[in-house]
Amino acid sequence: MRGVDGPILQTSHLLGAASLSVPEIHALLDLADEYVGLNRATERKRALLKGRTLINLFFEPSTRTQSSFELAGKRLGADVLNMSVRTSSVSKGETLLDTAATLNAMRPDMLVVRHQDAGAAELLSRKVDCCVVNAGDGAHEHPTQALLDALTIRRRRNSFEGLIVTICGDILHSRVARSNIILLSKLGARVRLAAPRTLLPAEVERFGAEIYTDMREALAGADIVMMLRLQHERMAGAFVPSTREYFRFYGLDRDKLARAKPGALVMHPGPMNRGVEIDSAVADDIEVSVIQEQVEMGVAIRMAVLDALARGLPREERNAP
Amino acid sequence: MTRLAFVNAQLLDPATGLDVPGALLVEGGRIRDWGPRLFHDGKPEGAETVDCRGRALAPGLIDMRVFTGEPGSEHRETLESASRAAAAGGVTTIVVMPNTDPVIDEPSLVDFIRRRAAATACVRVLPMAALTRRLAGETMTEIGLLMEAGAVAFTDGDRSIANARVMRRALAYASTFGALVVGHAEDCDLSEGAAMNEGEFASRLGIPSAPAAAETIIVERDIRLVELTGARYHFGQISTRAALEAIVAAKARGLPITCGVSANHLTLNELDVGPYLTFRKMKPPLRSEADRAAMVEGVVAGEIDVIVSSHDPQAADTKRQTFAQAAFGAVGLETLLPAALLLHHNEQASLPHVLEKITAAPARILGLESGRLARDAAADLVLFDPEESFAVDAGALHSRARNTPFEGRTFEGRVHRTYVEGICVFDRAAQHRTAQA
Repeated sequence: MRGVDGPILQTSHLLGAASLSVPEIHALLDLADEYVGLNRATERKRALLKGRTLINLFFEPSTRTQSSFELAGKRLGADVLNMSVRTSSVSKGETLLDTAATLNAMRPDMLVVRHQDAGAAELLSRKVDCCVVNAGDGAHEHPTQALLDALTIRRRRNSFEGLIVTICGDILHSRVARSNIILLSKLGARVRLAAPRTLLPAEVERFGAEIYTDMREALAGADIVMMLRLQHERMAGAFVPSTREYFRFYGLDRDKLARAKPGALVMHPGPMNRGVEIDSAVADDIEVSVIQEQVEMGVAIRMAVLDALARGLPREERNAP
Repeated sequence: MTRLAFVNAQLLDPATGLDVPGALLVEGGRIRDWGPRLFHDGKPEGAETVDCRGRALAPGLIDMRVFTGEPGSEHRETLESASRAAAAGGVTTIVVMPNTDPVIDEPSLVDFIRRRAAATACVRVLPMAALTRRLAGETMTEIGLLMEAGAVAFTDGDRSIANARVMRRALAYASTFGALVVGHAEDCDLSEGAAMNEGEFASRLGIPSAPAAAETIIVERDIRLVELTGARYHFGQISTRAALEAIVAAKARGLPITCGVSANHLTLNELDVGPYLTFRKMKPPLRSEADRAAMVEGVVAGEIDVIVSSHDPQAADTKRQTFAQAAFGAVGLETLLPAALLLHHNEQASLPHVLEKITAAPARILGLESGRLARDAAADLVLFDPEESFAVDAGALHSRARNTPFEGRTFEGRVHRTYVEGICVFDRAAQHRTAQA
């Protein structure tokens, strides 16, 4: 760890994996490693963010990510406010930027935002005075998810160099996939993508990953298997004909997993659709599945991100009486 | 009778390709005479002299694709505010789309537009009427009666008619009256929910997108329907190489087809969406650089007939949204001329060639007498400096909406005065003086 208070990030927001440099990523992972230790201790609370206000602004419900940020903020001593904005209030005429202006007037120090549209965090970051953390924007990015995945992998494998990571499932709609492709590629891993053609984005070949439509081939020799959630509304004929056909060709079961490298790790950002993209026997196998560990790493990564961003916050002004 | 003598002008008549220094005389709102040697024997009695100082004097621009908010959403744009924007952009005729509330789909509404324009607008306003009632794409409008009321063409504006049978009948019926049909080429199903052009950039941004084929499919379908019906058909604006190729082939077969392109699609590509810039969200979407270059080539080669602004004013609240939720459209009346002139400044086309696409060509397609310097033609004129540069300032626009995709961009080609029927409707110097006072 670089000094107690040394700067880690060049920017005052975390909008995507795309804007992180390799040293920044490793510094965040190092810091998160320390927080894993802290989180496992009995006394877990720190006063680092004492007096700071963190607002969780969620336009899309997400129990998992929201509670992870909430816990991270509270463990660092921040005051955390959860705001769930239903789509209905947006349709009442209030724009995203109206909401931003309202929140900005409350003078928060950090804004964690989840929105169903790509670019929402970027848009907010241009209109508010505080740090903005992108907790998922449409099909664009979900940087803390990619960071926690990287942390999970690094703690198990030490190095990313040459590691084969196969990401399977709904790549088209997945911000998790996009952030992971960017982040893991930067760290030196070889990323493969496996999905039916309807769930691959246009010109995905240019993302720098290897593209497969045959999941078995994509899994051959893989070190890491990352499964993605398939949304219910996309299962019944629009993108894939049925869940049973999807599971047959793209669901992770023991048989397909056998193609991967012995000891390969299975990951999933959650929540899982058992029997759709992943077989329970695989998901619950503690020998291969690190899915629960990902959740634990999630809190540590978010603490590291909040810590890193807080280092760029003005101090004197806040301490003034 | 009011007489205006324009002297020291660079006379530009795109219809004939003429580009000479000279003078022009306006009498009673009409062009009386013009030429290099006019006034060599002295100016006529009592004429007011306009010293053009070597600037270009050309027919006023005709913009075939303008959306306003009148009636129904006057907060976006009225006929009056659109006309002031037009005048400031050197546009003397605007053809307004029927996409209003209510939709311009019956004769009394065409009449309303004409009356409102006569009462409030400072440039000529020609209404297009809807091709199908309420733009629903189901039943055709009263094309004959609408024509009698003054509709210059029939279109569903920025909507494609999804049903080929409805389109076929509308085209066949329109051909009965020799009516011009203006189509929008964007397959409704393929482009449903899409906010930009499909490709690597949209994939990386995570924005829902539609492929260029959404345009080609409708272009090719409508070409077949024109072949069946013989209707006069104009593609309001195209944006892809494939669509252009299909149209070029159709023209070669002798079909009565023409097409336009917006100034936006000549000057911007999909990468200009950058960090989710909603002012660059439009229909059709900004395309790949290869498609943009093909549009420029199409204009240069004369395959694309007209350049339009596709002026589409949107209020701030509908643009200050995420990219997916933001409204489509960009204002363009005040940047049409300088954006089109980029082709001239990049040495891809001559000045008269570029001007023809925004004067004589739309006049020919719409059957108007304007758009050229001709004796006894109405004196709709624009005086501009093709070389003078300026930076686009959204705050200085005359349009009621400020959603320009060119904020801060420096263009060459500045309008100084605009005349409609010999009456000055825009004078930059006077405006400047007023601002200073």
